[in-house]
Amino acid sequence: MSEPIRVLVADDNRTDRLLLSKIVALEGHQVISAVDGVDALEKFRAARPQIVLLDALMPKLDGFEVARQIRREAGDAFIPIIFLTSLTEADELARCLTAGGDDFLSKPYNSLILRAKITALDRMRQLHATMQDQRDEIAQYNARLLREQEAAKDIFDSVAHSGCLAANNIRHLISPLAVFNGDVVLAARNPAGSMYVLLGDFTGHGLTASIGAMPLAEIFYGMTQKGFHLADVLRECNRKLKDILPVGYFCCATMVDFNFQKGTVEVWSGGLPDAYVTRSGGDPTVAVVSRHLPLGVIATEKFDGSTEVYELAPGDRLLMCTDGLLESRNGDGEMFGSERLMQILERHRGGDACFEALRTAAYAHMGEQRREDDLTLVEVTMLDEHEIDAPMPNYVASGQIGPRDWSLSFQLGPTSLKEFNPLPLLQHVLMEVPALRIRGGVIFTVLSELYTNALDHGVIGLSSVVKSTANGFASYYQRRLDALNALVDGFVRFEFVSRASDSGGYLKIRVIDSGRGFDVAALHARRADETGAYHGRGLNLLYQLCDSLTFEGCGNDVEAAFYWGDGSDGSA
Amino acid sequence: MTIRSEVSADGFGLTIAVEGRFDFSAHRDFRETYERLDAEPKAFTVDMRETTYLDSSALGMLLLLRDHAGGDAAEVKIVNCNPDVRKILTISNFEQLFEIR
Repeated sequence: MSEPIRVLVADDNRTDRLLLSKIVALEGHQVISAVDGVDALEKFRAARPQIVLLDALMPKLDGFEVARQIRREAGDAFIPIIFLTSLTEADELARCLTAGGDDFLSKPYNSLILRAKITALDRMRQLHATMQDQRDEIAQYNARLLREQEAAKDIFDSVAHSGCLAANNIRHLISPLAVFNGDVVLAARNPAGSMYVLLGDFTGHGLTASIGAMPLAEIFYGMTQKGFHLADVLRECNRKLKDILPVGYFCCATMVDFNFQKGTVEVWSGGLPDAYVTRSGGDPTVAVVSRHLPLGVIATEKFDGSTEVYELAPGDRLLMCTDGLLESRNGDGEMFGSERLMQILERHRGGDACFEALRTAAYAHMGEQRREDDLTLVEVTMLDEHEIDAPMPNYVASGQIGPRDWSLSFQLGPTSLKEFNPLPLLQHVLMEVPALRIRGGVIFTVLSELYTNALDHGVIGLSSVVKSTANGFASYYQRRLDALNALVDGFVRFEFVSRASDSGGYLKIRVIDSGRGFDVAALHARRADETGAYHGRGLNLLYQLCDSLTFEGCGNDVEAAFYWGDGSDGSA
Repeated sequence: MTIRSEVSADGFGLTIAVEGRFDFSAHRDFRETYERLDAEPKAFTVDMRETTYLDSSALGMLLLLRDHAGGDAAEVKIVNCNPDVRKILTISNFEQLFEIR
């Protein structure tokens, strides 16, 4: 026996009504009876029966009209209707079903068949109800999921496509294919005015990608602002992602350091397709190949932070993309591919229209489909530093007053020289002096130039003349790396002295190295006619940026000074 | 996509062959080839002869296998790659982690 349900019995014939009610009640169901069509509708509305037995021909409103009305009012719910009829013609019986009935029962009524029909239709009703519940549940679940994804996308976008992406030397295209894709583009300037740009592609889309993007962005912005070297930022990103991502999840990435003062770009690439250096001067396009494992794959000890440096003239560009572009397929299933990309780059040779041409070609290739993977393109252009409109980082110091009379001596031995970048730490100390904060970028540049000179030309003893040609540029960095790895003795010492009063103050940075020094007088003589050469730009920069620059001894002892206000130390 | 696997007669080596597109849909089948084993193979070979395409989740699966096989001490070979597959492994610099032939 089935579960008791409410059954509406509508028949204007009293005898039939009582007979039917009796049969239904004997089954344990609750009976609601109606005497005509209007009564049937009212009882239906009041009692919401689960099955309706309907006499086809009734006064006031016939069964067909009642059935139509019940269907309308029931909406999504399935209320089985069995027509009761003395009609026997096939077309009349068929009419019962077309009017919205689910079955019919002919007079004289057979209780066995009626019971069987009620049971069968009730089974259908329950099935329908279950399906509908599940459908509603899925719809609700889906709606909730979409809401959550929308919220996650908002968070992801504000984190993952952020920083100074709107700068006038950056163009980017991020296709909004998935609710959120796994592509991350970050850009920020460091205290020296360089611009770091990171393009990342997380395996898998959605939640995994957005979870990984959070610490990646945080580390990128935090460390860039503090002046850490590209490799240090990447090493930390790798460590964090290795820690938090499950095995098998990782982030392919390319990170670049655009140094506008020197006209160079330093590149690290792990797992992304080739990036390209395009020359506005008409030289051929150069592919920058991925040399490393993606971020988050190997342990910190094995992380390789080695980079490549390319020299760029104003107007030269670097283009990065994720595999979405190269793997996007046209209607014939053919991939876009790197040859097609290279053709477009070569046709435009670093021209301004190149990026737009690439975008148009990509969309034309994909046609209507425009789906598959994420499509992300980033183009960064070398400009003169003063043309860049992206803001410099704001330094947040611990106090308004800061130290007024202090000195600091900081010496690095060979192991530290190999492994440690002292600049963020020293910059941090200097930025505690309020008057120095507004010159933070200049001071960081001076600090890093002094350090690079002391290390490269002093301790290691490399000659910058090697850099005289574009080719020599690359080999210089290789020789530098080899020499640094082989280093067994030597030092670089920083000595800072600063005084400040209400009316002014000064900072003196003295850098002494263990190298042999150089012919200071000869250098000064050469200085005038060498601006624009590949080497020697560092020194010219120092002369321009410092208030005074003096070499002592044999050139391995240099002092840069900055003055503010009346330059007094308050002692006079 | 079909994945077949075979343990060598001495129970020492496992060869996993991936046919067709090696992507996320292969995830469960690929893992089951080495997780549901009575033998404990020490040397793993992924045969890509019939593999037409590799995506980043397949790279992830290779890393999972490497992890299962002992991480840095693992002996995992990837063999018979076609040029497209080889290119994807090269871009990701997986030769630093796997013996690719």
